[in-house]
Amino acid sequence: MGSQGGFGQSKEFLDLIKSIGESRSKSEEDRIVLSEIETLRRRLSDPDIPKRKIKEYIVRLVYVEMLGHDASFGHIYAVKMTHDDNLLSKRTGYLAVTLFLNEDHDLIILIVNTIQKDLRSDNYLVVCAALTAVCRLINEETIPAVLPQVVELLGHPKEAVRKKAIMALHRFYQKSPGTVSHLVSNFRKKLCDNDPGVMGATLCPLFDLITTDVNSYKDLVISFVSILKQVAERRLPKTYDYHQMPAPFIQIKLLKILALLGSGDKQASEKMYTVVGDVFRKCDTTSNIGNAVLYECICCVSCIYPNTKLLEAAAESIAKFLKSDSHNLKYMGIDALGRLIKTSPDIAEQHQLAVIDCLEDPDDTLKRKTFELLYKMTKSSNVEVIVDRMIDYMISINDNHYKTEIASRCVELAEQFAPSNQWFIQTMNRVFEHAGDLVNIKVAHNLMRLIAEGFGEDDETADSQLRSSAVESYLRIMSEPKLPSVFLQVICWVLGEYGTADGKYSASYISGRLCDVAEAYSSDETVKAYAITALMKLHAFEMAAGRKIDMLPECQCLIEELSASHSTDLQQRAYELQSLVSLDRRAVESVMPADASCEDIEVDKELSFLDKHIQGAIEKGAQPYIPESERSGSLNISNLSIRDQPEVSTHSLRFEAYELPKPVAQPKPSIPQASSTELVPVPEPSYSRESTYAVPVPTVSSSVSGSTELKLRLDGVQKKWGKPTYGSSSTPDMPSQKSENGLSRNDDSSISMSRPQSSLDYRKPSVEITPEKQRLAASLFGASSKTERRTTSTHKAVRSTGQVAEKTQVAKPVDPPIAKATPVQPPPDLLDLGEPISTSSAPEVDPFKQLECLLDQSESASASSHTADNSSKLPDIMSLYSGMPTSGQTSGAVGPISVNGDHLVSPSEVGVIATPAGTSGPVQFSKGPNLKDALNKDARVRQMGVTPTSQNPNLFKDLLG
Amino acid sequence: MIHFVLLISRQGKVRLTKWYSPYSQKERTKVIRELSGEILTRGPKLCNFVEWRGFKVVYRRYASLYFCMCIDQDDNELEVLEIIHHFVEILDRYFGSVCELDLIFNFHKAYFILDEILLAGELQESSKKAVARLIAGQDALVETAKEEASSISNMIAQATK
Repeated sequence: MGSQGGFGQSKEFLDLIKSIGESRSKSEEDRIVLSEIETLRRRLSDPDIPKRKIKEYIVRLVYVEMLGHDASFGHIYAVKMTHDDNLLSKRTGYLAVTLFLNEDHDLIILIVNTIQKDLRSDNYLVVCAALTAVCRLINEETIPAVLPQVVELLGHPKEAVRKKAIMALHRFYQKSPGTVSHLVSNFRKKLCDNDPGVMGATLCPLFDLITTDVNSYKDLVISFVSILKQVAERRLPKTYDYHQMPAPFIQIKLLKILALLGSGDKQASEKMYTVVGDVFRKCDTTSNIGNAVLYECICCVSCIYPNTKLLEAAAESIAKFLKSDSHNLKYMGIDALGRLIKTSPDIAEQHQLAVIDCLEDPDDTLKRKTFELLYKMTKSSNVEVIVDRMIDYMISINDNHYKTEIASRCVELAEQFAPSNQWFIQTMNRVFEHAGDLVNIKVAHNLMRLIAEGFGEDDETADSQLRSSAVESYLRIMSEPKLPSVFLQVICWVLGEYGTADGKYSASYISGRLCDVAEAYSSDETVKAYAITALMKLHAFEMAAGRKIDMLPECQCLIEELSASHSTDLQQRAYELQSLVSLDRRAVESVMPADASCEDIEVDKELSFLDKHIQGAIEKGAQPYIPESERSGSLNISNLSIRDQPEVSTHSLRFEAYELPKPVAQPKPSIPQASSTELVPVPEPSYSRESTYAVPVPTVSSSVSGSTELKLRLDGVQKKWGKPTYGSSSTPDMPSQKSENGLSRNDDSSISMSRPQSSLDYRKPSVEITPEKQRLAASLFGASSKTERRTTSTHKAVRSTGQVAEKTQVAKPVDPPIAKATPVQPPPDLLDLGEPISTSSAPEVDPFKQLECLLDQSESASASSHTADNSSKLPDIMSLYSGMPTSGQTSGAVGPISVNGDHLVSPSEVGVIATPAGTSGPVQFSKGPNLKDALNKDARVRQMGVTPTSQNPNLFKDLLG
Repeated sequence: MIHFVLLISRQGKVRLTKWYSPYSQKERTKVIRELSGEILTRGPKLCNFVEWRGFKVVYRRYASLYFCMCIDQDDNELEVLEIIHHFVEILDRYFGSVCELDLIFNFHKAYFILDEILLAGELQESSKKAVARLIAGQDALVETAKEEASSISNMIAQATK
């Protein structure tokens, strides 16, 4: 590798990156990348390129794919490179394949063999590289090929290998739990590994295992507790410290596991109380990582069997989070509040104003989190305020994913807590209007059912009031453009069912509106179907009431259009309407009874209504029906012609359908014979249905009478019975048909519509002078003592103005406006600009102790010996670690780390830790090495002719500066 | 679990991507476009978290570079924020006052480092020293000449200052 510019790449590659960096538009970038792809394709296909070059080309391919272009032609070269003996090439090859390929890629099979070989390598770095690839590339099918070797590597002398082997097994478990189920004990064993890194890695698979099966791991509670205790007491090597916290990542993992194990288990929880309390106390609340651990503690406390002391501590921490100025902490506070609220519901009240602040915060993330909290604390007393807010927010956003979520939450809350049906319908209208196409169709069915069933009690007047208010609101909403389909379906159904019920609107007015809908949404077949069925109902009800109704011309048009529709469903409905209009009043009444959508429909499976006809037929000499079971033997031998045999068997499905009716004598013989000629050849079921539909009752009787003397021909019967059944049974089935149009699925979707009759007692404070916020708080959290609230609110006001002032101070630009006026200048450091801002955040954190210790060997050595002393008292797992750090220290003192050591303690880093956003650093430190280093880089880059400074001055800025 | 790691510059240029869950090339482009649109426009005082398609994306800005990690709904955001910082500190240690340019030209090295910190979407090593030791072990195989060259160029740069 050439060492131009110290970046280790060839000039060509640097030029590529440079030109992409300087490209001004996406199309320019695309052009550069495409020509680069061509170059690479040409070069790679050349058989004589040196290996060193291939490696660079592969890295360039990675770059091209990273930019979102397709470089699949080169994947095979990356695969080939993994076969290379040279570790450097191999490593690059593995890196490239893990980035290029997904686990289901065809080329994987070519790598498995190499991986197998590499897992057996003597060089642990080769093994590590192979294990990294295993984690990414091995799929369910190839697990068995590498599994034995990976298991063997669990005992490898190098801790890095053991750790990666654990992670690989964890991956296997995630992919297919079955393949590694017999190896689960290995995870338990590795928990006692004498390297803390391996132990930490083992917590990942154990967490997954415990999530799926808590009870098999209860015995580990003591081990986890003791590990956590020792971690908290700083018995791990110093290198695991992070910002003065002892191994916080391991602590967090352990707390997560304890939460699972202690959930709902008093005995297990009692073992944890002490250690969780310890961790609580030891958390450094000034650093981000300390708060992360603290948050995990709260989660743990809210999961395990409740303990008053811990709950108090948790509540205290939540209060601190919520009072913090940092949005991140507020967010975590709101989240934690939502967790704790299950065990101690009163806690929300003391934070009501903080919660409302978050709700009104311009930060969307925070707002959504707060809505989640409100969702969790909804009761019948505050449902109206909460749902109202949620809908307002839902309307204001564009993100469909979240819109769906919040809409279904609104519906769920409204269904669960609705104080009145009126409110429920209004709320649903709003949800449907704005997110109708995003909610589940079941919700629409529920709404229809609620309107149909009304209040749970027998209060007819309230029910009809509800319906007429629904009708009225729908007639109003209907005229709005672009309503969601689901909502229109509800509207059509309700208008059809109850549009004329209260006599306020004439049938012709409503039919006109329905026709308008069908016309306006002519591409939506479901809506049209709903509309035409509604029209049919309107006509039926009018006719049944004895009123004369004229078919509107547009209605006539619609029917004509639909009866020629491509959709058989629409056709059928149109024909049904047509034939219904021609029926007499009595028939219509029984076909379409008014307000009968909630009546249960009894399906007469015995078809007993046909008994009379059968009787008649038998008397006239027809043979009685023989059930299939009794029939088969005799049939084969006797009167069935051989020709029919195969046909019988091919229609086995019809045999099954046949078995439904009980052996009661059936009229089968008659109907088929009479209608066979016209029915059989018709291929389209709907037509045949239509024909019988038009005159339902007469068909049956006439056919029965005309066919009595004919012989029973079972094969024919099977064929034709299916269709005529519709016709013959159509009269009694009409109501069911009707209800299918609207509410068919209701019985299945048995979401209980429990509507606790809330007393509507959410009180708004009567005092008018109290601010809006307080009212909101009261309605959300229920009225508490008003005086107290008022004082807090004034506090709040003071605080918020203070915040505003502070905000204006802090709202300085983060990136350097003056920076790089002239590109020749050495790159200025962020610290320069940090000066005016730095006062805003108080950097209470000491300089990076654990990094210093890297340089200062004696100190860490003494520290480790100290830990050794400590741990020797307690014979446990951790004592194994204590011997480690000293050796680690010496071996770690090679390589670039020690060379760069002086940067690590650079004060600028500390500044970043204190201000998580990485925006500014404290002023009081001088910025020695950073500047020098930046200069070096600048010089180096300039040497190779790249001047990215002019393009983007930020490129040189220390990320940690 | 971490589903992917993204490094995006303030101009929306991709500096590093690592996917721990399967995403097709097309989905990747879409994800990057969607997220950079959302994250780069957020103000400085807001949360470092974004809810996105049922996941959470934790991001943190360093100079002009955004480090983003996508995690599950029930993961600890603050912890992930510190995982990002952990990664940056290790990069800083490796490159010596790391800047965006280092990552642009040495993205493959950044990948190697990331592979030592995260594996299969989980934090595999929380000790900076253990990571550094492994990376050093790998780099020791690289020609020592390279290191010498860079130290020489360091000296030259110092001398010319």
